[in-house]
Amino acid sequence: MKHLYQSVAVLLGADPKRPVADDYTPEAITLHAEQKADKTRIAAIHAEIAHKAQNKIPEKWRRRRWTVLILTNLLFVLSFQLDIQILEGALTGSRFVGFHMADLNSALQVMLAYKEVVLNLLIGTTTVLILWWLLGGRTFCSWVCPYHLLAEWTEIAHDYLAKKKIVKDHPFDRRVRTYFWIVFGVLAFVTGYTVFETISPTGILSRALIYGPGIALVWVATLLLFEIFYSKRAWCRYACPIGLTYGLVGAVSPLKVTYNLGNCFHEAECKKVCEVPHVLDVVIKGRATDVDLFIGADCTHCGRCVDACPTNSLNLEFKGLGQLLK
Amino acid sequence: MAKNKKLPPRKEKARRKFIRTVVMGIGVVGISLLGYLPVLGRWHKRIRPPGALKEQEFLASCIKCGQCVQVCPVNAIKLADLDEGFGIGTPYIDTRAQACDFSCDGLQCVLACPTGALTHHINYSHETDMAIARVVNENLCLAVLGKGFKGLARGDSFKGKLRYEDVDRWNPIRVNEYPYDLELCDLCVRQCPIEIRADQCAAGKPPSGDENQCPPERAIKLETIAGEDGILRKRPVILDGCVGCGVCEMICPVEPSVFVMDGTESRGMTV
Repeated sequence: MKHLYQSVAVLLGADPKRPVADDYTPEAITLHAEQKADKTRIAAIHAEIAHKAQNKIPEKWRRRRWTVLILTNLLFVLSFQLDIQILEGALTGSRFVGFHMADLNSALQVMLAYKEVVLNLLIGTTTVLILWWLLGGRTFCSWVCPYHLLAEWTEIAHDYLAKKKIVKDHPFDRRVRTYFWIVFGVLAFVTGYTVFETISPTGILSRALIYGPGIALVWVATLLLFEIFYSKRAWCRYACPIGLTYGLVGAVSPLKVTYNLGNCFHEAECKKVCEVPHVLDVVIKGRATDVDLFIGADCTHCGRCVDACPTNSLNLEFKGLGQLLK
Repeated sequence: MAKNKKLPPRKEKARRKFIRTVVMGIGVVGISLLGYLPVLGRWHKRIRPPGALKEQEFLASCIKCGQCVQVCPVNAIKLADLDEGFGIGTPYIDTRAQACDFSCDGLQCVLACPTGALTHHINYSHETDMAIARVVNENLCLAVLGKGFKGLARGDSFKGKLRYEDVDRWNPIRVNEYPYDLELCDLCVRQCPIEIRADQCAAGKPPSGDENQCPPERAIKLETIAGEDGILRKRPVILDGCVGCGVCEMICPVEPSVFVMDGTESRGMTV
């Protein structure tokens, strides 16, 4: 339960806690002690970093993920444009071969604003809840959300400009996302309008792809420019309530990125590529309380850390539920 | 009081982060609330698809997915853009460009709606209440002028569609593929979906053999104007059976149309 509590706390914006002595398992203590003493291990790290610099690891998960993301959105587009009717609607609400699906955050906004739930919406919401619980909650973000893909591309631009010292990342307090989640929920309930949908780049982009572009894309472009020049990955990291909704769903999901302390050289290659690096604090030397751990609920299961890790310490896996409630 | 006391760098950094987080938090919520303006100011008076709830409830319950857009056989439904604020992504019908002619018969948009924003409590075209037609340019009306109409109702380049049962019972065709030759223009009455159904029912042939499809009231008629010049003149009169589908506005061959759809009073279903 302690892990789950930590995972949700970090999701809501808390800083990851340093473990206390009691948290460590004997196996973990032994491993940590060995790593400090082991000279050959340190030599191995240096050899391995040099090797990796020469042989760039192909980004397997990223390629798979982009393919899934593009195909999913393409299926939406073609279902309408070619009338193949497999996945009708948009990301906010759709039918997959006739079965209702409703985006959890959009459905929540509608329920709070309208204060009434028709059966179809309930069915759609439940279906999607089960789907993303199985698939890891925020997996939606990195594997389906079209804004995520654009933000990954602009992130490349940000990193390039940051390297040239033209731009600088300005981080925000991550708790602001929880504040947004609550404020937009309250606003929907009080005003009776789905206020968040007005600025949701996910809904805007999905509709633009399917039904054609509009001036709403100016807002999306503004967000992307903000991310390039001011704050890296700002919307997904600090703002989007959709991400938090799915994060909560994924807190006890069987799909997890798992971490193995025994293999880890603590090089932090994973943290460099991670959209939500706070979930990877466990890889910092001395932090892992057990030999095998899973990465917390804010993780989008994008797999970039899995690709980046030179020692296969991180993996994308389905785990039994008993493990997660530990 | 100590003024401009320099904070240690770590604290200064945290202070700046806190300030920009507050600014960002207020900014994003503020921008989203700008969406209230078009709604409060009623900048756009949109005709909503069949079965739409009263405007406020409609905006609340619509999940902005466009499934109604996808099922419409005449592509009458469009989605609103960001300039409509909280109404972004909600469906509307631009009746002059493409009215709802009920050629799907079964109110497909209503069936497609996942949230009940288009209420599932109605089944037939005559039960809808999108707006009411108003005769606003009677002086331009060809029937009032005693004139006939020959040719394409909206010209060659018009992209709108209608179902012509004498051409194809199941598929709507382009209006520019259907030339007319009328002694006195009666296009608004002739193409009115409610009138077509009422006529079929009066002739003992209700659509799909289903008596429930029969409108209880007539929607539009041409009324003879007493004239001294011996020319036959008629004037369009909107009746209680009008549901505001907009076909009369769309098919009207004069510019601007004799009709507009008025959604202010009758728009919206109350469940």
